[in-house]
Amino acid sequence: MTQAQSGPAAAGNLPPALALHGINKRFSTVHANKDVSLSVAKGTIHGIIGENGAGKSTLMSIVYGYYQADSGTIEVDGERVSIKEPQDALGVGIGMVHQHFMLVNTFTVLENVVLGVEGGMTLGTGMDAARKELEHLEKEYSLEVDPDAIIGDLPVGLQQRVEILKALYRGAETLVLDEPTGVLTPQEVDHLFRILHALRDQGKTIILITHKLREIMALTDNVTVMRQGEVVANVKTADTSREQLAELMVGRSVLLRVEKTPAQPTDVCLAVKGLNVIDGNGVRRVKDVDFDVRYGEIVGIAGVSGNGQSELLEALSGIRPVDTGDILFKGENLAAMDGHLSRWVREHGMGHVPEDRQHMGLVLDFHAFEDTILGYHHDPLYNRHGLLNYNAITGQCADWMQGYDVRPAVPEQKAGDFSGGNQQKIVLAREMERDPELLLVGQPTRGVDIGAIEFIHKRLIAMRDAGKAILLVSVELDEIMSLADRILVMFDGMIVGEMPQGEATEQQLGLLMAGESTNVQQGAS
Amino acid sequence: MGEFFTIFILTLDATLRVATPLVLAALAGMFSERSGVIDIGLEGKMLGAAFSAAATAAVTGSPWLGLMAGIVTSMCLSMVHAFACVTHHGNQVVSGMALNIAVAGLGPTLGLAWFHQGGQTPMLGHSSRFTAIDWPFAKALADVPLIGHIYSEIFSGHNIIVYFAMVAVPVAAYVLYRTRFGLRLRAVGESPEAVDTAGISVAGMRYRALLITGFLCGVAGTYLSTAHSAGFIRDMTAGKGYLALAALIFGKWKPVPTMLACLLFAFADAVQIRLQGVELPVIGTIPVQFIQALPYVLTVLLLAGFVGKAIAPKAIGEPYIKER
Repeated sequence: MTQAQSGPAAAGNLPPALALHGINKRFSTVHANKDVSLSVAKGTIHGIIGENGAGKSTLMSIVYGYYQADSGTIEVDGERVSIKEPQDALGVGIGMVHQHFMLVNTFTVLENVVLGVEGGMTLGTGMDAARKELEHLEKEYSLEVDPDAIIGDLPVGLQQRVEILKALYRGAETLVLDEPTGVLTPQEVDHLFRILHALRDQGKTIILITHKLREIMALTDNVTVMRQGEVVANVKTADTSREQLAELMVGRSVLLRVEKTPAQPTDVCLAVKGLNVIDGNGVRRVKDVDFDVRYGEIVGIAGVSGNGQSELLEALSGIRPVDTGDILFKGENLAAMDGHLSRWVREHGMGHVPEDRQHMGLVLDFHAFEDTILGYHHDPLYNRHGLLNYNAITGQCADWMQGYDVRPAVPEQKAGDFSGGNQQKIVLAREMERDPELLLVGQPTRGVDIGAIEFIHKRLIAMRDAGKAILLVSVELDEIMSLADRILVMFDGMIVGEMPQGEATEQQLGLLMAGESTNVQQGAS
Repeated sequence: MGEFFTIFILTLDATLRVATPLVLAALAGMFSERSGVIDIGLEGKMLGAAFSAAATAAVTGSPWLGLMAGIVTSMCLSMVHAFACVTHHGNQVVSGMALNIAVAGLGPTLGLAWFHQGGQTPMLGHSSRFTAIDWPFAKALADVPLIGHIYSEIFSGHNIIVYFAMVAVPVAAYVLYRTRFGLRLRAVGESPEAVDTAGISVAGMRYRALLITGFLCGVAGTYLSTAHSAGFIRDMTAGKGYLALAALIFGKWKPVPTMLACLLFAFADAVQIRLQGVELPVIGTIPVQFIQALPYVLTVLLLAGFVGKAIAPKAIGEPYIKER
């Protein structure tokens, strides 16, 4: 473990923009922040990285006045301050850009910006002044947004700019951004990074909370690593590496790339021919798709989110009706069957880890053990004459939780109270422990922390090595490139390219994903 | 000017009188629901106000003291709703319904104990009611065709609460769209988190909104028992609170469309009264029961088919519980 100290980067002898000394915070039994001290130099971008539950969000909630620390002090520009509510944080120049935007969707940009600082009982004059100030801010930091646009009509990238404008309008000198890139497209991420650099160059201080190593390396000057409520390192970004940070975060060395042997594919397990899927609005989302998946291989489908992958997965798993085309699985054409297709495929050895675990994978209000039988509740193992055998279900759930390292391993805990990674492990256990012949996996590691990602990837590889067929859909290019044996690229509902793992480069895939397909197309079957 | 025109003018005149409590109650509901609190208890608040206004006016002989009593009663009921739903995150529909049921029983019970007239309050004399205000020259102009008719029948000759309701609509619209309070009110019903992070108290906003709701319902209830009628009778609101709620949804939670919806319902009601027993060409006499159902049939039809998608304030019905 390194314990390097970060000096003020370019700030000379100025006091730090924000300094925390010995912050402690307990929630009943959980010690969320243990004696946390850190110092953020003026005019720098400071990253705070850690896994989910490492205490970074708690720490920033204390800085922003949602919580009171049990002990410890906060200094802003060298002066001790007391922050009891968000208003106090704004008063000392700390502004927060939340992970879930705090915007009123039916309001205009301008109305959102002035909310709470309207400048008078009536709106007239205050709004005019605000409009001028907003124009000034937009110019200064290249944060262009139409002040009269309705928030709900804006893409998330622009909504985030409004959040930043809100903080700046309130006079923030230090901006705290909580997981700002989770909802953005790659282009929007690039733009955000440019804005943040511009803000720093104008003397603002930026604190970036994230669990993504890539962002820390690309953006920050200094980084604080947190693990289990403690600060484990303060380092200069230039002096560290992704591998070192990952190790600090998790507390052991982590494989960022999965190690695996070449695939040994055998017979075809799933064959898709000329598949077309039309969604509820009558839009054709999957267009003439052909491919197959063999036993003993992982086929990865790459693509920017919203290019038909979700609809394809849903059609294959029997949730969404097929328009035309064939889906051949174990000698049956699923496209020609009707009735409870999603039940039939489960009973015949197809597992499905849906893309959105919180809406499709789990019932968040259920106990974890109840969620472990969703879709399999007809099985006589759990179900005798319509009565559930709770002992069998909880016992099995406890075993699975051990096997998949779900924390806490409490079958009676509500699914919604587990962290994202642990929720995903519950879904994976349910779908993989039934020993399916084909596993459909959508976004297996979305919102999952780095230690759990490694675990999930290893499990998928082990399943492949046991001779099962796996279809992986992911928007994370890294994930596709390290896991899949064969990579298909989807764009606008079509498969626009296919290549084996060894031949694919990030650049090539990126071009295909952006719809720039040319000579790479090979036609799938 | 034929007989038809006279009937038309008289129907419009009746429309205004029927619409007044609807408009006031719907505006009351607008303030509550825009702040994110469902108010199914408009009915109960009006009924409670109607009772205390009539009881106070009967005892003191002053409609103004009655009005004060009605407003205070309604605001107290509204605060009970706020205490249950805002402070203690209770279910808003249950709380509203509980108030309705409690008041429906409490009014007649107290009335019986105090006045011994079978749960009613004593008939109010002319001086203890809000009575018609004749505008200058109304009598003189009544015979002037068209303009005189309209002036003397539609504009002149209503009681003060009718005029109050007319003024309340533009005032409510101004408050909602042109003031700081209105901006925050609209925000708190859409996204209480945004309001909270902007340093504004969500509970404070909702309490203030519900005070306004109580005030307006108080005026509406007082109108029923001391202006429109001359005393309180059991269940005299007769579903007007729910009808106001329907008008609010029909008007998409906006002041002017909501008022128009109230006028439409009131017009249907006025026509209904006029149509009773009238022999229509071709159809003949329509049974009274059918005609009486007309405003409600209209409500269902409008809500089902013609409103389009009514998008409620997003946070409506959800108690705000601070996270993190």
